[in-house]
Amino acid sequence: MTGRDCSEALQAQVREAIADRQPLCIRGGGTKDFLGRTPQGLPLALDQHAGIVNYEPTELVVTVRAGTRLGELEQALSERGQMLAFEPPSFGPAATIGGTIACNLSGPARPYAGAARDAVLGVKLLNGKGEILRFGGEVMKNVAGYDVSRLMVGAMGTLGVLLEVSIKVLPRPEHEITLTQPGLPAAAALERLHALARQPIPITAAAYCDDELRLRLGGTESGLAAARAVIAGEPMDAGEAAAFWLGLKNHQLPFFADQRPLWRLSVPVNLAPIPLAGEWLYDWGGAQRWIHSDAAPERLFEIAGQAGGHGTAFRNAADPDQVFQPLAPGIARLHRRLKQAFDPHGLLNPGRMYADL
Amino acid sequence: MTHSHDALDPPELTPTAKAELLAALARILPKEALLHETEDLRPYECDGLSAYRRLPLAVALPERVDQVQAILRLCHERRVPVVARGAGTGLSGGALPVSQGVLLSLAKLNQILEIDPERRIARVQPGVRNLAISQAVDHLGLYYAPDPSSQIACTIGGNVAENSGGVHCLKYGLTVHNIQRLELVTIDGELLTIGTEALDAPGYDLLALMTGSEGMLGVIVEITVKLTPKPERAQVILAAFDDVVTAGAAVGAIIAHGIIPAGLEMMDKLAIQAAEDFVHAGYPREAAAILLCELDGANAEVTEQILVVRRILTECGATEARTARDDAERLRFWAGRKNAFPAVGRISPDYYCMDGTIPRKRLPDVLKGIDDLSRAYGLPVANVFHAGDGNLHPLILYDANRPGELERTEELGGKILELCVEVGGTITGEHGVGMEKIDQMCVQFRAPELSQFHAVKAAFDPDGLLNPGKAVPTLHRCAELGAMHVHHGKLPFPELERF
Ligand SMILES: Cc1cc2nc3c(=O)[nH]c(=O)nc-3n(C[C@H](O)[C@H](O)[C@H](O)COP(=O)(O)OP(=O)(O)OC[C@H]3O[C@@H](n4cnc5c(N)ncnc54)[C@H](O)[C@@H]3O)c2cc1C
Repeated sequence: MTGRDCSEALQAQVREAIADRQPLCIRGGGTKDFLGRTPQGLPLALDQHAGIVNYEPTELVVTVRAGTRLGELEQALSERGQMLAFEPPSFGPAATIGGTIACNLSGPARPYAGAARDAVLGVKLLNGKGEILRFGGEVMKNVAGYDVSRLMVGAMGTLGVLLEVSIKVLPRPEHEITLTQPGLPAAAALERLHALARQPIPITAAAYCDDELRLRLGGTESGLAAARAVIAGEPMDAGEAAAFWLGLKNHQLPFFADQRPLWRLSVPVNLAPIPLAGEWLYDWGGAQRWIHSDAAPERLFEIAGQAGGHGTAFRNAADPDQVFQPLAPGIARLHRRLKQAFDPHGLLNPGRMYADL
Repeated sequence: MTHSHDALDPPELTPTAKAELLAALARILPKEALLHETEDLRPYECDGLSAYRRLPLAVALPERVDQVQAILRLCHERRVPVVARGAGTGLSGGALPVSQGVLLSLAKLNQILEIDPERRIARVQPGVRNLAISQAVDHLGLYYAPDPSSQIACTIGGNVAENSGGVHCLKYGLTVHNIQRLELVTIDGELLTIGTEALDAPGYDLLALMTGSEGMLGVIVEITVKLTPKPERAQVILAAFDDVVTAGAAVGAIIAHGIIPAGLEMMDKLAIQAAEDFVHAGYPREAAAILLCELDGANAEVTEQILVVRRILTECGATEARTARDDAERLRFWAGRKNAFPAVGRISPDYYCMDGTIPRKRLPDVLKGIDDLSRAYGLPVANVFHAGDGNLHPLILYDANRPGELERTEELGGKILELCVEVGGTITGEHGVGMEKIDQMCVQFRAPELSQFHAVKAAFDPDGLLNPGKAVPTLHRCAELGAMHVHHGKLPFPELERF
């Protein structure tokens, strides 16, 4: 495993930045530069701060430096028959685990196995005062102090520089199978998904695009046989199925080739098809919906918000200032105070997430 | 009690200030919802950790969210401390009142507001009991997965505030994994929505931050919980071992095999016997330890896994591995485990429940360490724990009427927690820090981390009015403790092996 501990050098860089009041742009592999508002500041490179610090398969936990490549980590887990249950997307081979956690990116398994935030057990971080802090740990249950570890997940580096993360890992399912049902209109597909969701069926992913519903099941051979007896659908060729889920996770399906703004709408799972013209792709059993749209950002925020969810201009945002759903005033105030609590000089990824954070 | 604590005993209000406060509260609440006579306050003087007691100035029992807002606004204006309380089953003194403060009981906010089987959620008020949720959705084939042993009594609001777990958390997660949205009232009376009706929310993960925040950041007035489909079948295996260390190793072996049981619990001899005497669960009384391993899923899958687990258990040296014959026997096996605390309560005048979590592989070392400490202090310890996730509940048996025994018990408890920290674990897995483990926080965290916690607290509650003196120690307190250790020069019982 390549990489070494650069904590002290990184700490020195942050301290220097504090002295100069120089904003920093935290960067892992740079594969997610497109995500969020425009990165600003002097680059703080994390890619050398890499390596697995501790991996205990029987403890179901891995502790890894933030700059470790996602692919490298997944390989190490796979060698022991384990995986990151949240199936993180990778938008390029340089993607790091730090960036993945900072963005709370989770793949098709998310509704069934939890998000990145659910798997994080502990962090070592550098706050905006240049202090190295540890929260949480490597144990499954830990309620000592506020859950700062999970607060870091999805904060996009605006509250601290992630140095190490401890993540819960899970055994890979013994068997997997994907069932497909083509020629299904969207409303019918959603209805099927709701009916299935109430039953104890080992679904590990559910997506709908091109009029085709695909369900991935995982478990023991007998568990899958039992599930197949109650679920309609044709089994897909294993290789094709794997390619589909990988393409969905990493945004490599033909659907994602469109260069118009790509919107991600995170909505209640039972929301009826959204009446916005365009081609839709549903992931997460209907709870995560993608569309390429030139519609005004306000319009998409309104649609998502009224439905009880939120929208993100995920790629090619029309307006680089309107990427994330605006926060309610009271919530926005808490965000500013938390930013102040972790990064009083406002130097860590300023403006990456919201203009005032 | 051994702890002196300024935050919990602020200077007494003048009679006029007290009268004014009560009058103002009386304008918000109907007569029967405001208690201030000593005999009415008594039931609220402690939570499940009854060694700590204090009478609040008043107890407020709002029935509506706007009353909660008005109470908090009033307390904020007058700088009166507020302690939220659910059912008071907490085991760390989290709901212990502040003597010049208002105890805010959420018990009357006890309505299930909405059940949506399609979205698999229930929207409930904070005073709803944990078990009541599962009962209300039972007919839909759903349940609320986190199942603390106190689930008959404890409230969902308290569960969120403590990030409570249960015997099924190994597979189904803790409270934090099973909630989706909260309504929160801040100390200045503002009502905020945290989280969305979708699977995630924009901005920071305030939902995670609120979970386990022990009533320090805001008062939770509504919770949207996720519901889980009931498995087609659940089956439990009871395995007996003639020593605890072998049983501990079997836990690791099951997990190493790639199986995540729905529950994996362990009890030692003292706990087995107490539980057996109490609920007649059918446990082997002569065993040094038992493991309860629950498997759930599709019928055929469960059958398959039971065979595998039985084989592993036997290979790991189980003297007996019994599969429950039917659901009644399965529930009996669990009844023994779920009643372990009260069962131990029957064999000892008092008991003190600890809650450390450790990496599973250190189980044998830590159990030995606890045993050594127990002998050194001359206090028996029964062990009941969530073995699958390394969450220990050593129960120290003592008699509060014997002079000095409570103090020795607390000291022993503190040592056990420090042992957990030493092996890379934590002082609390699910019961919270509260008042009880405030000193051990100084062992687990360093000053900069504690300062960061205080900064988080200040972002929500700059005047420190919500549950003051709990969960996070002042740096001053830790410094004093540190000085005390140095002053005495050495740890008690230096002859004990430390690791
Ligand atoms: C016999 C027994 C068995 C137990 N078993 C378990 C177990 O298996 N797993 C487990 O995790 N715990 C267990 N517990 C501990 C306890 O039941 C849990 O901590 C429970 O979540 C507390 O709920 P409560 O309603 O009683 O809260 P309380 O004790 O009333 O309060 C607990 C804390 O939450 C805060 N609080 C309460 N309501 C709110 C609110 N609405 N908003 C903000 N803050 C609030 C309080 O201020 C306090 O800090 C057990 C306790 C007993 C007595």
